[in-house]
Amino acid sequence: MAKVLLEVKELTTKYITRFREDVYAVDHVSLKVEEGKTLGIAGESGCGKSTLALSLMGYYFAPLHYTSGEIIIDGRNISKMDPDDIRRSILGAEISYIPQAAMNALNPTKKIIRFIEDVILAHDPKITKKEIHEMARDRFETLGLPIEVLNKYPVELSGGMKQRTVIATSVILCPKILIADEPSSALDVTSQKMVIKMLQDLMEKGFIKSMIFITHELPLLYNVTDDIMVMYAGQIVEKGGAKEMVFDPLHPYSKGLMGSIIVPERGLRDVQLTAIPGVPPNLKNPPAGCRFRVRCKYAKFECAHTVDLNEIEGDRFYRCVYSEEELREAYKND
Amino acid sequence: MTEDKKPCLSGSGLTKVFGFGSQRVVAVDHVDFDFYEGEIISIVGESGSGKTTLAKMLLGLINITEGEIYFRGKKRDIGTHKKKLAYWKDIQAIFQDPYSSFNIFNKIDSLFLDCIKMRGGGNLPREKKVEMMTEACSFVNLKYDELTNKYPFELSGGQMQRLMIARIFLLQPKILLADEPTSMIDACSRATILDMLMKLRDDIGMTIIFITHDIGLAYFVSDSVYIMEHGKIVECGCADDVILNPREPYTRRLINDVPKIHEEWDLSTV
Repeated sequence: MAKVLLEVKELTTKYITRFREDVYAVDHVSLKVEEGKTLGIAGESGCGKSTLALSLMGYYFAPLHYTSGEIIIDGRNISKMDPDDIRRSILGAEISYIPQAAMNALNPTKKIIRFIEDVILAHDPKITKKEIHEMARDRFETLGLPIEVLNKYPVELSGGMKQRTVIATSVILCPKILIADEPSSALDVTSQKMVIKMLQDLMEKGFIKSMIFITHELPLLYNVTDDIMVMYAGQIVEKGGAKEMVFDPLHPYSKGLMGSIIVPERGLRDVQLTAIPGVPPNLKNPPAGCRFRVRCKYAKFECAHTVDLNEIEGDRFYRCVYSEEELREAYKND
Repeated sequence: MTEDKKPCLSGSGLTKVFGFGSQRVVAVDHVDFDFYEGEIISIVGESGSGKTTLAKMLLGLINITEGEIYFRGKKRDIGTHKKKLAYWKDIQAIFQDPYSSFNIFNKIDSLFLDCIKMRGGGNLPREKKVEMMTEACSFVNLKYDELTNKYPFELSGGQMQRLMIARIFLLQPKILLADEPTSMIDACSRATILDMLMKLRDDIGMTIIFITHDIGLAYFVSDSVYIMEHGKIVECGCADDVILNPREPYTRRLINDVPKIHEEWDLSTV
């Protein structure tokens, strides 16, 4: 077994609203990412994907608060560390995060190279500007980005180029783990492909060791990741290898999710799209027991009790009261 | 595409030029098309290929530089405001961003009342109007009672997009132009939205024009597909022909770039 780079144990984080209500957007989530692997996280809007990504950094700011659980990066527990320490020594250097719509984060009045200088100087105040420039030029060359970009303002770049610049900048310190939250959602297919290609380059050339990839676009997830984790209402509902998850999902929710895939391939035109009725529960007071129960067509009385994550062979987990055979039987009869 | 079908919207030599001199940009370049009644058409292209400009011309939101649009066999005439309003009874649109598609000062109730008024139901009794609004809301799985006193921004993105469809249900236009209707919402709600649009097509025999960069979506929903590159239509025809046996290199590249689940996704051709 390869080295485990990131281990998360029962992590729970909450948002505190203006009215002092607790919203648990990440609820007892455990996961492991091994070296050289990519973990994908899928789910509807509002299921806690992005909050999980934010929580994994270990750096919390209001309204997000840490409640319980542990985050261990390469053997080092960061969940009890001082926020300032985390900022100085973990963020960017050990774990790096590309937020949604990251390309809008570039300061329009600063050239790209100034932005990179800022990032590096924050971690290593002694480094000279010449060294930084060399480092940036070197990195851009390796990744196949034009070097002229460094001396341009963000407004002069296209969306895809901005996104790639942000990614290149965020991994300039060679973090062990990269968390990419919807890195290609606002781009067209060709730019999307370039971004994905670059992420794979980063892995191959060893600038990052492993990656967590968040998106709701399932065909993309399938192509990029090794393992897929499906989240629903702040909890993990199913986890398994990418191929098994897409072609043979077990949990009724994952089943519904995989039924909404649209790809331009022969014969897939006559596939019936499955839409899951209803809306996700409000996380202010999530329903007891299985959270998917209200929208699930297989729901029965026992679903109202707490449902644990079951492990089955092949390192797969799912959260349902039914056994594997019962679920397969139910899908066959549909 | 059967021969006896009438084209309900067609264009010949449609051109739009922005700017002049060195700044001259030909956004749409001599485009010809025939959209038939009751069909679902997709216009596919990358960002900047002129899809949205074409849509705006079809809607009559911007002037046409050259060429003609024929609406139900007759030359389209929207020279005056009155004629424009009459035209908009027959052609309506859903936009990409549901958040900016509504007037934030109007409650949802008044939004629906406007639609009823536009269809000439302004003098109906209140009960009848409420009945119509309730029907429209239930068509898109929303509850009218919960919405009546709300503002659009109090809803989620998916709900707003469905509200847009409820509007279309009330207006019952002949043609619906859907400009990237599902790009801002997640895959699961996308299935719901597509289902509703299909149902609308079957119920009121609407022609739907999808404008999208998602070639998978285009393949899934449409009868015929138009591929646009730099303002020109490079390939068109029935969906199976175009997507499964593309002739143009541009179409081939677009299809190659989409991640697939049964075939290998070739990353080396970037």
